[in-house]
Amino acid sequence: MKITLHVWRQKDRNAQGKLVRYECPNVSEHMSFLEMLDVLNEDLTTKGEDPVAFEHDCREGICGSCGIVINGVAHGPMPGTTVCQLHMRHFKDGDELYLEPWRAKAFPVMKDLIVDRGAFDRIIAAGGYISVPAGSAPDGNAIPVPKEDSDRAMDAAQCIGCGACVAACPNASASLFTSAKISHLGLLPQGQPERYERALNMVQQMTIEEFGACGNIGECEAVCPKRISIENIARMHRDYMNGAFSARPNAEAGSAG
Amino acid sequence: MSVGSAAQPAAGAKAAGDGSRLFLFYNSPVGKKAVMAVTGLVGFGFVIGHMLGNLQIFLGPEVMNAYGMKLHETPPLLYGARTVLLGAVALHIIAALQLIKMNSDARPTKYAKVSPVTSSYASRTMWWSGPILGFFIVYHLLHFTSGAAHPNFTYQDAARHIPAPYENVVAGFSNPLVSLFYIIAMILLMLHINHGAWSLFQSLGLNHPRYTPLIRTVARTASYALLIGNCAIPLAVLAGVVK
Ligand code: HEM
Ligand code: SF4
Ligand code: FES
Repeated sequence: MKITLHVWRQKDRNAQGKLVRYECPNVSEHMSFLEMLDVLNEDLTTKGEDPVAFEHDCREGICGSCGIVINGVAHGPMPGTTVCQLHMRHFKDGDELYLEPWRAKAFPVMKDLIVDRGAFDRIIAAGGYISVPAGSAPDGNAIPVPKEDSDRAMDAAQCIGCGACVAACPNASASLFTSAKISHLGLLPQGQPERYERALNMVQQMTIEEFGACGNIGECEAVCPKRISIENIARMHRDYMNGAFSARPNAEAGSAG
Repeated sequence: MSVGSAAQPAAGAKAAGDGSRLFLFYNSPVGKKAVMAVTGLVGFGFVIGHMLGNLQIFLGPEVMNAYGMKLHETPPLLYGARTVLLGAVALHIIAALQLIKMNSDARPTKYAKVSPVTSSYASRTMWWSGPILGFFIVYHLLHFTSGAAHPNFTYQDAARHIPAPYENVVAGFSNPLVSLFYIIAMILLMLHINHGAWSLFQSLGLNHPRYTPLIRTVARTASYALLIGNCAIPLAVLAGVVK
């Protein structure tokens, strides 16, 4: 089938970008979306043009590298699917597709469809850890975890950090991502010691990175390839408020412990 | 995950320690949204009560004016309510303006194509349904509360400056343009509440699979009830049912 693409081309961080039109005349419906771009890039390279830069690694929907806004929808039209797992059979012959990078001040475009998601790394660094004694591995079942809690923690832990939630949010908010990271630790006993401080620090980092505010609009949840629920955002709000008002500064902590 | 640049170092464990708690709390979008939610809840409660009070207009001039008289003869209630409401509206507007700025700064380059997947029109338009409601509130206060924007404002007790709501409403809504503006404002209020009345729970951290669907239904129902109940008054005046 024949697909027409309008691809965002931008030389580097500081360059002005623009949408450029490309024809893909022989797209097989069995191709993945990225394979279609591979073929386009081979053509461009043969013609001596600069291939379209896009991020990818596992191509099996688990690493979180890929991500393109296709016709205004992050990761394209299939719910719960990363763009690397999206197949051309979901498109029609003659379709015209606009490919744009994630758009957020906190995610500057580095080249074409690749953005710098370092802001996510810094949010994780601000609180995405737990304190465990180093040394030999702890006994597997030493700490009982209710099945329901572990299920919900695992649901949140599925977040692959792709950034589609930010891309889809009208406010470019990173709340779904941050709340998933806060929840998957905060729901488990191992995550309790830092629970409220974690919420405070990660939300603060999210603010510093200049992401927008959550308007409870729900576009994030709809495009998330891992179907992370906005229930996690409510949990983040709870933990943040708890932390802001009740957590004690270290100096005030009890001396009896 | 990506190529990191160390432009903004991680905040580290500092946040929990120093600085004013309130400042820290309000500084984040989560804190600002909590303020929006609490003040929005005050407003939501008010618009429901206000509508129920005003619907007494259908019971005739005596009942309606007696209701106005009772409010004015209970100063703690009247001034208490006014203080809480004005305070809530002021905080709601300040936080809203800061959030609107924060959100528009967060996406400097717009998309060429935007196609919302599941979100409601109401949820995506809070940032302009709200501000227009702000202008409406100012006009509404000058119109029916102070009378400054009302061409023939009358009092039921001129000596004590107690207005006659029944006559003022009938005279005010007899002007179709005024009625039209009220009806447009009520459509915006419907949109604002349609999303706002469930969103506020989410902002305050209350989301549970058992209750959230119910909250969303109640919010939607309340928003339609507000639209119908409030618009019934100007429509009844224009139709000559209330005169
Ligand atoms: C009749 C008066 C009003 C009522 C009852 C009301 C109620 C609400 C409620 C319940 C929310 C949801 C809060 C949340 O998501 O936590 C909200 C959000 C909002 N309101 Fe109002 N509001 C009113 C007037 C205004 C005015 C005058 C403005 C203008 C500045 C405004 C701007 C906003 C904005 C921008 C939001 C969305 C905030 C966000 O999600 O980022 N509202 N309102
Ligand atoms: S919450 Fe979903 S959309 Fe957001 S980064 Fe994680 S996996 Fe991607
Ligand atoms: S390339 Fe790994 S998730 Fe798409």
